[in-house]
Amino acid sequence: MSVPTPPTLAFNVDPQSGTCALSGELSLHTVTHAQAFFRAQSGLKAVDIAALTRLDTAGAWFLLTQSAQGDAFAVTGASETAQSLLKTVAAAMPQPEAPLAKAPFVQAKLAEFGERVFSGVSYLYDITGFFGIVLHRIFRAIRHPKEFRFTALVHHCEEVGVKAVPIVALMAFLIGVVLAFQGSTQLRQFGAEVFVVDLIAISVLRELGILLTSIIVAGRTASAFTAAIGSMKMREEIDAMRTLGLDPAMVLFVPRILALLVMLPILGLIADVAGLFGGALMAWIDLGISPQMFTTRLVSGTGVNHVYTGLVKAPFFALIIGIVGCHAGMQVESNAESLGRMTSNAVVAAIFAVIVADAIFSIFFARLGI
Amino acid sequence: MTDQPTPDVIISVRGLRNQFGRHVVHEDLDLDVRRGEILGVVGGSGTGKSVLLRAIVGLQKPVGGSVTVLGVDVLKADEDTRSALEARWGVMFQDGALFSSLTVRENVEVPMRAIKGLDPAIRRQIADLKISMVGLPYNAGDKYPSELSGGMRKRAGLARALALDPEIVFLDEPTAGLDPIGASGFDALIVDLCRSLGLTVFLVTHDLDTLHATCDRIAVLAERKVLVTGTMQDMLEVQQPWVHEYFHGPRARAASAAPQSDRD
Repeated sequence: MSVPTPPTLAFNVDPQSGTCALSGELSLHTVTHAQAFFRAQSGLKAVDIAALTRLDTAGAWFLLTQSAQGDAFAVTGASETAQSLLKTVAAAMPQPEAPLAKAPFVQAKLAEFGERVFSGVSYLYDITGFFGIVLHRIFRAIRHPKEFRFTALVHHCEEVGVKAVPIVALMAFLIGVVLAFQGSTQLRQFGAEVFVVDLIAISVLRELGILLTSIIVAGRTASAFTAAIGSMKMREEIDAMRTLGLDPAMVLFVPRILALLVMLPILGLIADVAGLFGGALMAWIDLGISPQMFTTRLVSGTGVNHVYTGLVKAPFFALIIGIVGCHAGMQVESNAESLGRMTSNAVVAAIFAVIVADAIFSIFFARLGI
Repeated sequence: MTDQPTPDVIISVRGLRNQFGRHVVHEDLDLDVRRGEILGVVGGSGTGKSVLLRAIVGLQKPVGGSVTVLGVDVLKADEDTRSALEARWGVMFQDGALFSSLTVRENVEVPMRAIKGLDPAIRRQIADLKISMVGLPYNAGDKYPSELSGGMRKRAGLARALALDPEIVFLDEPTAGLDPIGASGFDALIVDLCRSLGLTVFLVTHDLDTLHATCDRIAVLAERKVLVTGTMQDMLEVQQPWVHEYFHGPRARAASAAPQSDRD
């Protein structure tokens, strides 16, 4: 079978009787052509379709609308099937409704802006309420330890923490390498190479270690929480739990958020160690600062309070990531698009909130002089 | 059944074999669909009703056998022949399978976009016509699939399957998940469109009411092949246990007791 030739339609107008005989195919393929031809005609009284080889719904629709809009012509020569087709199409003719009146541009934009502000505020309101529920369930779990799912906690600790160790350690190691390399090129200009140790130690321990760990965990874990809880919500598993007397907050949210609370400080500590190791290695290769010298300089020059300042932020970041991830999961509706949308929203919101919280901590510590 | 398809047979399946790993779904399966009929395919869960449909429309490559649709060997056809053939059939999937990022009208317009030189304004109006033909209100055209109920999504899926005025329509479980009123409305719609547009319908279903209300012939899938084909009357006389149970069970009695007047 070769590629079929495009269907054609021919017109044969008899000006005296006002009859137009069609031959060929009146279908989707030729209807545009037919419309152009009929626009140029006037005074048609009848259209003969006896010689058509094919008439489809588009063709029938065309004959009916042309006859209704322009000259009211009669359709003659229709076979039995063509007549039944014309009848079906005539019965199904869409009745257009007037589209809703649109608001003026400025008004529409203002309304859109207002809606966005409102949804932002109500999101904050919602998530505060969600935080309250989770806090309540955590205290309830302390009072009634039997209701708490310890196995789930261990499982999530593994998922959230243990499995994230390689990527977190590698990331921190590379950050240490980069800092040592960049720092050494700049500090060499002043002959102050040895200060690269302070540079690495303070930036990794205070800020970068925990912040970058949190960002990686937010990307990994917030999305996993949203996807897991969201798909349960989508398949009505959450509703099923409620009818079985299980509290979704206690069963799903508390173990996940507690697992993050336990694991994120540990991951932060691992990141700190890996970052210092990467920095020390690079300082040794690039600047010739031996590991012994690095250690001595690190211990004498950098107070241990930098470690605390960094790690004290971990539980707050963990709460933010856990709450945002679980909350987004509960917002998933019963279709797959909303699952995808909420998952990416959760990651963006969690990373953004972590960075905002980090900025607030920086200002807070600076004011306190820590 | 002869091996030489008679002229009015428009789908002919011969010796079809489908298997997933070591699990054989179909073996030596033969089936004919005649022009202008509504053929209902029934069978227990897991007998491969949907697999058969997918094999005929080319979504599932069978291990062996041949499938001839409208005189074209589907499995051996080249790309051009296949795409010409695809314009001559329409498929309605179980939940409509509408593109979720497009409105219903845009969904119906998708197959028509392939037609060269079709005026977009006309395309829009013909999409509106198809939407109205399947019994959806005019304003449904502007809605997104997620805003529609299950029954409306199925109707919209049918409108998209009908967009190019196909000769054959494949329907996968058209009434599954619909309430009885919606389901019988859909049955009536299928019969109506089939008769007035001269469609041939290949219908996979579980619904005995649909079988009674719409189908000219029924094909029963069991024991990895088409066990029997025939009219509802023929089915009632088959002695094979599963077929007997299916057509004589309590639900079957209720369905056959229903008035047959809605067939016309």
